[in-house]
Amino acid sequence: MKFTDFLKYLILGTLFGFVLIKSEVVSWFRIQEMFRFQDIHMYGIIGIAVIIGILSIQIIKRNNLKDMQGTPISIPPKDSSQVTRYLMGGAMFGLGWALLGACPGPMFALLGSGLSIMLVPIAAAIAGTYTYGALRDKLPH
Amino acid sequence: MLDLLYEPWPWYVAGPAIGLVVPLLLLFGSKQFGVSSNLRHICASCNIGNVEFFNYDWKKAGGWNFTFLAGTVLGGFLGGYVFANPEPIQLAAATITDLQTLGIQDFYGLVPDDLFSWEVLGTGTGLTVLGLGGFLVGFGARYAGGCTSGHAISGLSDLQLASLIAVIGFFIGGLIMTHLIYPFIL
Repeated sequence: MKFTDFLKYLILGTLFGFVLIKSEVVSWFRIQEMFRFQDIHMYGIIGIAVIIGILSIQIIKRNNLKDMQGTPISIPPKDSSQVTRYLMGGAMFGLGWALLGACPGPMFALLGSGLSIMLVPIAAAIAGTYTYGALRDKLPH
Repeated sequence: MLDLLYEPWPWYVAGPAIGLVVPLLLLFGSKQFGVSSNLRHICASCNIGNVEFFNYDWKKAGGWNFTFLAGTVLGGFLGGYVFANPEPIQLAAATITDLQTLGIQDFYGLVPDDLFSWEVLGTGTGLTVLGLGGFLVGFGARYAGGCTSGHAISGLSDLQLASLIAVIGFFIGGLIMTHLIYPFIL
């Protein structure tokens, strides 16, 4: 990787981690509040993020924009025929998200904030990922 | 001005900032936003047992994403340590009441000490929340092919039906855990 590429992704990741903390998306409390439908906070963040995402992807697609390497940007579509996989996998993820109060991005941002205990769920998430990889052929998709 | 770095940011500021990560990664190098892929790349980097799902060139596929993830940790350090918000989170009053009923006592930081500490890890509750919670996040994210960033943010931004199904799954699981299972864990 070129050094300029390294810097680009590092800086964007840093801003992302900073925003995750400042918006309290990383907070177990905020996830509880969200799944109890008691405040607009999380819905406002995800909702606006998606609206901005939709608008910007439409701009990219309609203008056939290229990336900084000059390659035309194309996004491979996801296979929506695998309903079982998305619903079952999604529900398992949701159980974990509500239990831990953190999804993958926040786990790492919280670790950076000095919460060393986050090493445990990170290690567990790696173990979960590995288990899925090992069992993949036996699971319905 | 410096106060802004210490204060929590409202949802209408954070939402657009997170949304902009999607087009920026596409413009940087046709990269698709998704944090949980890093967990797969970590497994691929030390593929014990030679599992086929982890047999790929992880440096080529995941180099940029590991860099982004290192940034996320650094951003967490800046936002949660250097410029940490000194005040407790302004939660909805109903949430505080509900959580107090469940036995949560610490409302000071980003997460309750009642659940997130090395001391609590030795208890059944701590092991369930931190260990099982993390395991389900990792397993479920890969089973579903993405997490909150990959499906709820980038997938929905690209109007992918698969991501909408996954997000519905996230909420089915999340609501079951919060309302039906958590009362038995705490």
